[in-house]
Parts: sequence; C-alpha cells; structure tokens
Amino acid sequence: HSFFPSCLLIEEERHVRANDRNYNDKFFYADNHIKTSKYNVFTFLPINLFEQFQRVANAYFLVLLILQLIPEISSLPWVTTTVPLVMVLVITAVKDATDDYFRYKSDQQVNNRQSQVLRGVLQNEKWMNVRVGDIIKLENNQFVAADILLLSSSEPYGLCYIETAELDGETNLKVRQALTVTSELGADILKLAEFNGEVICEAPNNKLDKFKGTLYWRGSKFPLDNEKMLLRGCVLRNTDWCFGMVIFAGLQTKLMQNCGRTTLKRTSIDKLMNTLVLWIFGFLVCMGVILAIGNTIWEQEVGRSFQVYLPWERPVSNNNAVFSGFLTFWSYIIILNTVVPISLYVSVEVIRLGHSYFINWDGKMYYGQKDTPAEARTTTLNEELGQVEFIFSDKTGTLTQNIMVFNKCSINGNTYGDVYDEFGHKVEVSERTACVDFSFNPLSDRKFTFHDSSLVEAIKMEEPSVQEFFRLLALCHTVMSEEKNEGDLLYQAQSPDEGALVSAARNFGFVFRSRTPETITLYEMGTAVTYQLLAILDFNNVRKRMSVIVRNPAGQTKLYCKGADTIIFDRLDPSNEDLMDTTSEHLNEFAGEGLRTLALAYKVLDRDFFEEWMTRLLLASTVMENREQRLADLYEEIETGLLLLGATAVEDKLQEGVPETIACLTLANIKIWVLTGDKLETAMNIGYSCNMLRDDMNEVFIISGHTAAEVQQQLRSAREHILGLSRVSNTADEEKTEMFSNDSVFEETIIAEYALIVNGHSLAHALEPELEQVLLETACLCKTVICCRVTPMQKAQVVELVKTNKMAVTLAIGDGANDVSMIRTAHIGVGISGQEGMQAVLASDYSFAQFRYLQRLLLVHGRWSYFRMCNFLFYFFYKNFAFTLVHFWFGFFCGFSAQTVYDQWFITLFNIVYTSLPVLAMGLFDQDVNEANSHRYPGLYRPGQLNLLFNKRQFFLCTLQGIVTSFLLFFVPYGAFSLGVRADGLHLSDQQSFAVTIATFYFICLFYCFCLRSCYCIGLDTYYWTAVNHLFVWGSLAVYFAILLAMQSDGLFSIFPSQFPYIGTARSCLAQWSVWLVILLTTAVCVLPGMAVRFLKTDLYPTLTDKVRRLQKASRKQGPREQNLRRVRRTSSRRSGYAFSHQQGYGELITSGKNMKVVHLHLAPSDKVRALCKQVRDGLAPTSEERAPF
Amino acid sequence: MMASSYNAKEEDGHVAVPVGGTIKNKKPDNTAFKQQRLPAWQPILTAGTVLPAFFVIGLIFIPIGIGLYVTSNNIREFEIDYTGTDIDDPCFNCSQSFSWNNTRPCTCALDFSLDHPFESNVFMYYGLSNFYQNHRRYVKSRDDSQLNGDINSLKNPSKECEPYARNEKAPIAPCGAIANSMFNDTLDLYYVHPNGTRIQIPLSKKDIAWWTDKHVKFRNPGNNPNLTAAFQGTSKPINWRRPVYELDTDEENNGFINEDFIVWMRTAALPTFRKLYRIIQKKNNMTPTLPRGNYTLEVSYNYPVRSFEGRKRVILSTISWMGGKNPFLGIAYITVGSVCFFLGVVLLIIHHKYGSRNNSADIPN
Repeated sequence: HSFFPSCLLIEEERHVRANDRNYNDKFFYADNHIKTSKYNVFTFLPINLFEQFQRVANAYFLVLLILQLIPEISSLPWVTTTVPLVMVLVITAVKDATDDYFRYKSDQQVNNRQSQVLRGVLQNEKWMNVRVGDIIKLENNQFVAADILLLSSSEPYGLCYIETAELDGETNLKVRQALTVTSELGADILKLAEFNGEVICEAPNNKLDKFKGTLYWRGSKFPLDNEKMLLRGCVLRNTDWCFGMVIFAGLQTKLMQNCGRTTLKRTSIDKLMNTLVLWIFGFLVCMGVILAIGNTIWEQEVGRSFQVYLPWERPVSNNNAVFSGFLTFWSYIIILNTVVPISLYVSVEVIRLGHSYFINWDGKMYYGQKDTPAEARTTTLNEELGQVEFIFSDKTGTLTQNIMVFNKCSINGNTYGDVYDEFGHKVEVSERTACVDFSFNPLSDRKFTFHDSSLVEAIKMEEPSVQEFFRLLALCHTVMSEEKNEGDLLYQAQSPDEGALVSAARNFGFVFRSRTPETITLYEMGTAVTYQLLAILDFNNVRKRMSVIVRNPAGQTKLYCKGADTIIFDRLDPSNEDLMDTTSEHLNEFAGEGLRTLALAYKVLDRDFFEEWMTRLLLASTVMENREQRLADLYEEIETGLLLLGATAVEDKLQEGVPETIACLTLANIKIWVLTGDKLETAMNIGYSCNMLRDDMNEVFIISGHTAAEVQQQLRSAREHILGLSRVSNTADEEKTEMFSNDSVFEETIIAEYALIVNGHSLAHALEPELEQVLLETACLCKTVICCRVTPMQKAQVVELVKTNKMAVTLAIGDGANDVSMIRTAHIGVGISGQEGMQAVLASDYSFAQFRYLQRLLLVHGRWSYFRMCNFLFYFFYKNFAFTLVHFWFGFFCGFSAQTVYDQWFITLFNIVYTSLPVLAMGLFDQDVNEANSHRYPGLYRPGQLNLLFNKRQFFLCTLQGIVTSFLLFFVPYGAFSLGVRADGLHLSDQQSFAVTIATFYFICLFYCFCLRSCYCIGLDTYYWTAVNHLFVWGSLAVYFAILLAMQSDGLFSIFPSQFPYIGTARSCLAQWSVWLVILLTTAVCVLPGMAVRFLKTDLYPTLTDKVRRLQKASRKQGPREQNLRRVRRTSSRRSGYAFSHQQGYGELITSGKNMKVVHLHLAPSDKVRALCKQVRDGLAPTSEERAPF
Repeated sequence: MMASSYNAKEEDGHVAVPVGGTIKNKKPDNTAFKQQRLPAWQPILTAGTVLPAFFVIGLIFIPIGIGLYVTSNNIREFEIDYTGTDIDDPCFNCSQSFSWNNTRPCTCALDFSLDHPFESNVFMYYGLSNFYQNHRRYVKSRDDSQLNGDINSLKNPSKECEPYARNEKAPIAPCGAIANSMFNDTLDLYYVHPNGTRIQIPLSKKDIAWWTDKHVKFRNPGNNPNLTAAFQGTSKPINWRRPVYELDTDEENNGFINEDFIVWMRTAALPTFRKLYRIIQKKNNMTPTLPRGNYTLEVSYNYPVRSFEGRKRVILSTISWMGGKNPFLGIAYITVGSVCFFLGVVLLIIHHKYGSRNNSADIPN
C-alpha cells in the first residue's frame, strides 16, 4: 500500500498525530504488516531462476546448453545437459520454496496476532492492521506489537515493566515511565480517544537504546526519550495494562531494522571447492586445446584424404583444418563437461542438510530439563565443525549456569557447609548426600539445598552470632520480594549472588518478607520484625561493599555491611584480629574451592552520632559540586570499626561437565579463550574451577596496563619470559627445534604452561594495529587466555584478530545479546539456548542447551561431517574424472572428432541418477570411528584441524587416480575387444557395444570400489555399511541395468527410433562371457594396486584412526569402557573473587520507593528521620546510574 | 535497571506458550537411524583379510588365464590382405585403376593355402584399417527413423545425413555418410582340389547381423512387398551402383533389411575393425569345413581405400565359447594373477618383518 511513495521519499523526521488517521496517512508510513519471505507465487520463478543462474556452475551449464544448439559444435544432444541442469534447478527451487513458505507462515502467524486498538472504543485488530498513530492497549505478558510511546499504565507514576529478551537478550526487567501528563489519562477510554498529541521524532533507525522526539500537546512541548518507548518484541511484565501510541510500525520498528541480513558464512571446504572447480575448468580447457590441436593435425593429415567417405563440412571445406580444430575445441568442452560436476553443489547441500538433521535428532544433545534439543540453524557449516582450532567462550550462562548457590559460610570462626562421615573424614558432596531438613520453617524455599546440619542446629540453639549473620543477610541487600500467595515468596534480585544469600537467610529462618522505602519486614524464626531502613550505602566498583543502616524495633541503630574481604578487613575494629585471622583462613579455603566470597560485618551506631552523620549526608547530597566524592567520604567515615561476623561462600555453579569438556577439547588441540564481561576476579575464579587455570602453571600473566605503552611493555615481557624459559627447556631436544623451525610447530614445543589474562581496558590498547600482533603471539604461546571486562565489540575484535591472522577455524559460543557480535564474526557461532533471551541463538549457527554438548558437536558430529564431506568430495571428483577422461583417450582413436564413448543417455543420467545415491549414502552415513571412540581419543580430531583429508594435494591424488582409472577403463577393453567377436561369430567391436561395455565396466568398477572399499581412492570410501548404503548401492546397480535394458528395448525404440538407437546392444553384450571376463579383469586391475598400497599403509604406518578402528573391532563385544576423566579438585592458595556483580544506583530506587507497588507503612518512623530520608531521596534522585559494562 | 528475578527461568520460565497449546516434548526420537546407530558392516583391511584375498585372486586368475589362452590358441584364424599396395599384389591393378564410375567390376584372385584344417563353422570377415567409422560426423550421419521404415523420414531424411541427404531434390535412401560408404567388394572363396579343380565354397549370408537389428531396428518402408514401389521417389546413395531395393534378390534380405547393409551400419568403435561377411557352415562331422590345402579368393574390387592409406583384409576364423581369437585376455589374466600372487608374497614378507601386530597398546590418549 504505502510501499511506493515511502521508497521515493527519504524520511528525515517523523510526524505522528494520535488518533488521526487522515493526517498520518499523508506520510505513507509503513504499516504493521511484516514480510520476510522473498517470493510470492508469481515472482518465485523468475527471481529464483535469476538467483540460481548467478552460480558459476549453473551459468556454465547454461552456456553449454547454448553451445549444444549450434549443430557444427554439438557433440551431445541437448538433453544430456538439460536433464541434469533441470533436475538441479528443480531441487534447489523446491528447497528455496519450502524455506520461503515457512517464512511466510511465520509472518502470517505474527501478522495475525491480536491486539486491542482504540477506535473510539477498544476493538480487537490483527497486528498487521495496526497503523502509526493508533492508540493500543497492552496487557500483562503480551508482546508489544509495534514501537509505541507509553501513555499510561496500571502502575503508579505511569511506570511499566518490560522484558527485552528478544531485543537484547537481557532477562532482567526494565522500567519504562510515561510522561506525567499522559499518565494522568489512565485507562479512561474517552480521554484517550480524545488525545490528539503530535509526536515529532527521528526517522526509523536501528538504535535500540536511543530515541529522540518531542510531544506537542495542549500547546506545550514534552521531550521524549527511550525511557518512554516500548519497542516491538518486548513483553509487558508485572503490569496489568498500559496504553501506548504507535510511533513506528512493521518494518520500520527498531526490531525489524535490526534484522539485518546476516552475512553468509562459507566453509573452507566451500572455498577450496570453488578453487578446484576453477582448476577443473582450466584442466578442461587444456584438454580441449590438446584435442583441438590433435584434431587440426588429424584433419590435415588423415581427414583430408578420408574425404572420399567423409567430406568436410561446409565451414571447414575451404581447406581449413584449423577451423575444424576450433570447432572441435567447443565440441570437446561439451563432451568433457562432466568433469565439472554439476550435481556437486546440490549433493554437497543435501549431505550438509542430512548432517544438520542428525544434529537436530541427536538425543545426546537434548537437554531434558528445558526440553531443548540441539539445533543446527545453518546447514552450510557442518564440516567446518571438524576443523575448529579456537573456541571463544562467554562465561556467564555459557560456562556457568548463572545460578549462585549458597554453599558454605564461616561464622564467628566456625565453618559450616562441609559434610563429614562418622570417622570425621570430609565427604564429597553429591546428589545423594542427605540434605538438611528445613521443615521447621514454613517459609523456606524448597529448592534450596544445604548439606551441613550443624548450621541448623546452631540456629536452633539461637547462637547470637549466627542469628546476626543471617539477619545481616536478610537486611543488607537490594532484593525485592513479591508474595503472590501467602508464604509463596518470590525474590527479584539484581544479582544472583544476592538472591542466593537472601534465599539462604530465608531458609535458615530469617525470612525477608517485604519492604517499603522506609522499612524492611523480616520473619525471624517465625515472628515478624520490622526494621526501619535509615540508609542504604550503595555498592560501587571502588567501594566493593554495601551497607544498610537500620533501626530495630528495640530502637537500636545498626549498620550492616557486606563486601570484599580485603576491604572489610581494613575497616574492622582492632579487637577482631583473631577472628579475622581464622576467617581469613576459611576464606582461603573457600577460594581454593573456587567459591565466591563475601565478608560480613556489623556495627552498632550511636544514635546521636548517626543523626549528626545523617545531617551531613543530607547536606552533601544536595551539594552540586563534588557530590560523589563527598558522599564517598561520608560513607567511609561511618563504615569503620566494624565487628566481623563471618564470611559467605557462594558457588557460581558451573554448567554440568564443563571442566571435563574443556579438558577433552584441550586434548583435541583446540584452544579455548574465555571472553567475558565479568570482573577479573570472577573470571579468574571460573578459570580455576574449569581447570583452565591451575596452580601448577608456570606463570599467569595479567595484562592490566592503562596506556598503550604499559600494555605493550607487559605483553613483551610476558612473551620474552615464555620464550626465554622455553629456550632453556628446549636445549635438551635441540634437534627437534632445528627440525621444526616453523613458527607454529615451535609454539607447540613449549612444554611449560602459561596463562594470559587481559583486562578490558588493556585489551582496547592491545587491539590497536601496532599491538595486535604482539597480543596474538603472546596469547598463542599461552595455554589459557582469559579476557575480562570485555565489551561485545571487543569480543568480536578478538575473534576477528585470530580469524584473520591465524588462518584457523574459530568458533564462538555464548548465550547473551552481548555475544552476538562475536557469534556473527566467528566462522561458527554457537548459541546456548534455553537461557537468557534468544538473541544469541538467533544469531548463531548452532544452538544447544549446555556447554558440554560442544564436545559432542565438535568431536563427533564435526569430525564425522568433515570426514564424510572429504570422502564424498574425493570420491565425487574421482568418479567424474574416471568417467570423463575416457573420452580423452578415445579421442586418439576417433580422429579427435569429439565422438562420445558412452550412450548419450548414460551421460545424461550418470551423475544424477546412477551414481548420486551411493555416494550420497556414503556422505551421509559413513563412520570411520564410532562415537564413543571419537570422545575417548580426542587426537582423532587432529586431521581436521590440519586439513589433511581433503586439500589440494589430495585433489591431485584423486585426479591422478581418476586419470589412471580412465586409462585402464579404456585400454583394457580396447585390448580385449578391438577385434572382438561374439560367441556366435557376430562382431562385437562396434561403437555401441563398446559404449555399453565400457559404461558397464566403469559402473561395476565403481561399485567394486565401494565394495572393496579401497580401489584407487586410497582408503577413502565407505567404511561403514548400513542397510541404507546397501540399498543405495545395490539399488543403483539394479537401476542401472534396468534403465540400460529399458532404454535399449524394442518398445522405446519403436516410439522414438532416433532417440534410442542402442536397441538390443545391452542384451547382445551382456550375454557374452568374454564381456564379463573383461569386467572382472578391469575391476581387478583397478582395485588391487590401491588395496595393496592401502594395506601397506595401515600395516606399516597406521594412523590413529586405523588403530582405533582395529581396537573398535576387537573390543566390539566387550562393550564400552567407562571414560575416566573425573573432575580434579584443585588446591589453590589464590584469593577468589568476591561475590558482587551489582550495578550502582539500586539503593536509590528502593529508598525513593519508585519501584514499589503498594506502600503499607506498618510502623511510623520518627518524623525527623522520615524527613531526612525524604530529603536525601530528593537530593539524590536523578543521578546517572553507573552501568556495569557487559 | 529493574531487578532480574533470581533464578527466573525456573519460576516464571517466561515460556510464552500459546494459550491452549499443549507443550509438546521436543525430545528427539530414539531410533537407530536418527541416532546414527544403524547396524553396520564395517570391513577393515587387515593382514588376515587382504593377504588371502591376493592369493585367492592370484589362484583364480591364473587358471582362468591359462584356460582362455589355450582356448584362444585352439582357434584357427587365417588372414589375408588384398589391398594391393605392392606392385606384386594380384589386386594392385584394381587398386590403381579405381574409379567410382567404373561399370565393369575389376576382379582379382588371391591364392593362399591353409596349413591346418578348419574344423567347425568358419566365419569369414572383411577387415578395414585406418577407416574412421567412429568419427563423430560419420557416426551421426544416418537416420534411424528412415532405416526403421518411417515413410516421413524416407521422403525427408534427417539433417544429420547432410551432405548425403538429397541427391538433386530426390531424398537419398538410405541417407547419410555411413550408408553411402558401404563396403561393396564381393568376395568368393574357392577350394583348389589337389587334382586342380576349383570348387566354390558355399557362403551363407544368413544370420550375419544381430537379431534385433534385423528384426526390430531395420525395417523396409511401408508394408509394400514390392520394394521398388516402396522406395519410389528416392534416390540411391551417390556411391552405390544399385539402389537399395536391388541389394539382393531374396525378398527377406533386400532393402534396409539386407544383412550386409545392416552389418555395415553398425559402426565400428575403432579405426581398425572387422565385420562379418559370410558364414561357411559345417556340412557334416566327417570332413572339416575347410580342409588343409590351397584356396583362391576372388575379389571383385569395388571399394577404394588407397586414397587414405586404408587396408582391406579377409579373415577366416573359427569360434569358441569366448568368441574369436584373442590372446590378450588370456595373457592379461595370467599376468594379473601372477602379479597378484607375487604381491601377496611380498606383502606377506613385509607384514611379517615390519607390520604392526600390536595395535592398541600405542594409542596415545
């Protein structure tokens, strides 16, 4: 509808008037109808054909077709190329059409969603009928239909909550707030229908976090920003309803504007294939030239005098043999076209599609808990999975579950959390370990598990320090609670650590029940206690702690503080020294187990001191100048002389099997780099628990310089350190170093293990062009590389750096929106599905639910895919060479006249019908080594990384073998049949018999190759015969003979005498003993040398694959052995990260009460404090939040 | 900015399940096919399988080869070249004075003697060398519809037949270069009795073409028993002396279904070839078909080959179950068999000396 004009005009500014269709229609804005499908019924054929003929191979065959229409050149009837070409085109077109149909269906589904539109009254409309300027009503948990301006909502202050998972992958709720003027409209339909404000704003763009506009209403101007917009793709949460005005619709929404075409990824095999096809073209032209020269000479020497029986054609007749040669060149180009395999691309795609299905079907990559199977979202990259050398992994949500578990604690010098058996030995905690019974506490969270019952006993004994410990956990936080039903508490925590701690306190009887801006209500061992919340001294990255100041019902004012141990320890009262030492020991222990720790402390405040301090805080918060600093100083002042309570240890739960997977992938010589937005400490911590960092590593380099020079210096020294040391260690095997002076090999000879940890700000410098080489070199010398505090952009840059400089296949795996850039950049992107949002999954090529499936994806599916694809290509090229080159040899005996050896029908059907299925079966089902062994011997992955199975050398080998086979195929029958005679004396050496016999030889020989699995393609054929292989192989053979006999039957001949002139030939030939004897001979000659070579190779120099295969066969009956890759608990003295991943500014939101729905004041605080608090609130209100970088 | 719900996925799950839609379990089917666990046969090349294979192949091939060689050697074959390139050759004159316009055939006679009697049926072939029946332009220069008796094609020969499609407006039947160049020497064989009398040996021209060719592929146009009428309005090929309906007097062997013609039309694959000309039937079990002694071959020399240095031969041959004389196959079998056997021995030695018999111990993990 509006398509045409909006194309012509470039929109610079958007004017939208609410409830005024006529006005808005003038601008021809896009409506809310989306269309991602490419074709419709009428455009499909022309567009699709046009696209298909852009492929070189297809275009080539079109040219051939045209050449064949020239009678002087045509050496083959036009059907021979048309039939395969049409089949290829049809297969591709069907695939494109189905893809497009599914896109159309999903468009339809989205377009037909219902939404409530205000047209005087509220009425239901389909999404596609929503227009710019409409006012629509959204209800809780509904998808936002278009980009709308929030007008009013059910919540106070016109707030509403949205989840933006589909947009940016973040699952935490975000707040949007309507303008005050519009929020007053409320749900009043009449007022809303009268609303006629006009919005003037920016033109559609793809910036998700920016919006600029102005609302003109009732003569005033109101500025609009992104905080007032609800974007398409978001989901309304925790808000009963809201009204909004549509600003951008359909394709102009920010979501759709962001759906850029992803760049098509190509595998290295693809590129190699294209190069090879070009080479084959070259080869083809060379042969054509040789044969054309041969033809010129022949016509000159022989053909000239043979004119008695075969006069020259008119164009040649003026004594010009050169011209005849020229024509012959083209004729041979047509005949030899089968060396350029037209069905190659289609077959490759079919194979890849099959492999993708195998990934989708894999039950071992299905995650039952979330009901997510693995998914191959791209079908073109499978074989590259077998060649990965670098993995770039995100941390949160990928390696870890992003679930924090309260694991251990130290209270007043006692540790809790370990389980001991009756002999006092520590017991490894497992699934079966008995859990503590929390039934005494009706408000407990049933999902919470804890194994050490002594802590519960301590609680029941009402030990004061333990009580204070959990009271602190229940009070000092920014968690919001939601209680839908009585006792059904739901905590919304800003960071998972906090959630874990508050949940722990809840279970141990200190239940955080509800909060208001000024109070916190706890249920302490079943009794409700309401504390006045006097101040929240918020967390930030410098302070590394947070405190709350509360007054208990007894009137005591207390400061509770939790934070990084080092920071807390500095602020302790001197009397705490002994306790500090024991706690410190415990902290080391916790850290050694890879737990995230926090130290807890409290302090009783003197009432007068506090009120004096509060006054100063108020003063400081109203000052414009230097406010932050002055607040920090004040915080510092009050957070001194603390009394230590203990420490918590939270486990950042790794996903299942992560360390084992990493160990296994490392054995497969895959380098794993962790790129995380998290803090250095957290990242290192995870590094340790994943076994990527170990204490026995020679050195862990931390690059954290702030200037380019510093970074360079640090990188250089690290590199020199490594090289210097390794040189010493290498003197022992001097020869080795000499032998492999090659850089990459040298890298691997370094025995010592190093780790490199780069901080985000250093990475920014290190990624500059001058330094990136140093970074890369240093990083590649290290076993482990971890980059922390990395922005999404930097993630992509690191991947790009390795991708371009190392010529290695890279794989990026992540789960969040911040990983999208990395996933798109890497050769292969993997998304963890079933976690935060969908963004990463949508951008990815493969997705599954658990990191550990990566091992299966690479070592089993990847390896098989690569192996199968290589075998397939080898075999495919080989068979085509062997098939086609027979014409070359025949050229020498037919006066280089471009006469075909085979029947035209054989040529036509050869690639598509006769030989495609067995080769496809091989490409789909072949397995050299079974899956268990693929896992057990990660060394089997090596050939893929080195690209050994199919490269240019292999291609030459297969060309050579093809040439030899074609030579034998031609000359053995030549020797046997040049004067051949049938058993009844009739001659047998005629053209047609020759054609049929050679074709049959070729065919049977090819199948012997399959059967004896060796032939000339040394070791590269079916290793693995399933029923499908049998069916396809024998089926093809049967089909061959069936078609052969049918084509040469009387019936077909009588209908089309000139199309099927081979009548009776097959019957006549195949009835001859001598023909079968020659077939046997030819096959033996073709197969045996290869078999001998292959045997010698496996016998004398067996590859790992050969050994494993033998072992596999030997141990088939024994059943698989258990793989013993148990997780080794590390012992470490390193200080672990503290458990805080907060954003600043959250405390203010709580004290301002903005995010609270119902304000019930249970207890009236003293007026003074209330006033103070309010003033603090107002003074602080609009500060900019410090957003933690990703 | 708002709180991320702790462990949110498990609690509200934000599963936007369509209302009323049942949650379908997405677990992949656990079938052998989908899990790639199809039972499979997986052959492995080991000394235990490869070495016996070589020996067995060797042991099978050598006897076959010997059998073939002996069979081939037992076949009697006699070949005589009558091109007449040398001045001493009886046919030299004929070959020199050749022209297509000769109305009187040039005849010449060659004497030869057979040292061994030919016991069974003897097949008489003519052989041509350096004759490119497999040239692309030659091969396609025919009209199979016409030869199949299609009236339409008879009147309008295919373009493929050019330049032998029409002779001054009249369509040529049979058209094309193949038909035009049909071999037209006449060969007669005489046994010279020791007493000096020449006995003509009866040559059968029946059953020299493939059955399918004679009965299916080639048919005379129309159902008209009168071939002259059937071929009315067509012209004879330019090089032919007689029209196609006068090739033979026998109704069953005339026109397109003349067997000599059919044999010629089945083009040879290689430039040196032989085609069946006549069969000499064995008369009884007592006397050999061709006894030892002297013979005369009388040639009416019509077919010129001198211009392109072609050769013409006559071959007399007996036949075995595997066809004509062909030592190649026997020798090849023997060679391949011996090589196989030899390879087996060599591989056995190598395997014993250097082969890896322990295979699992050294797998690095």
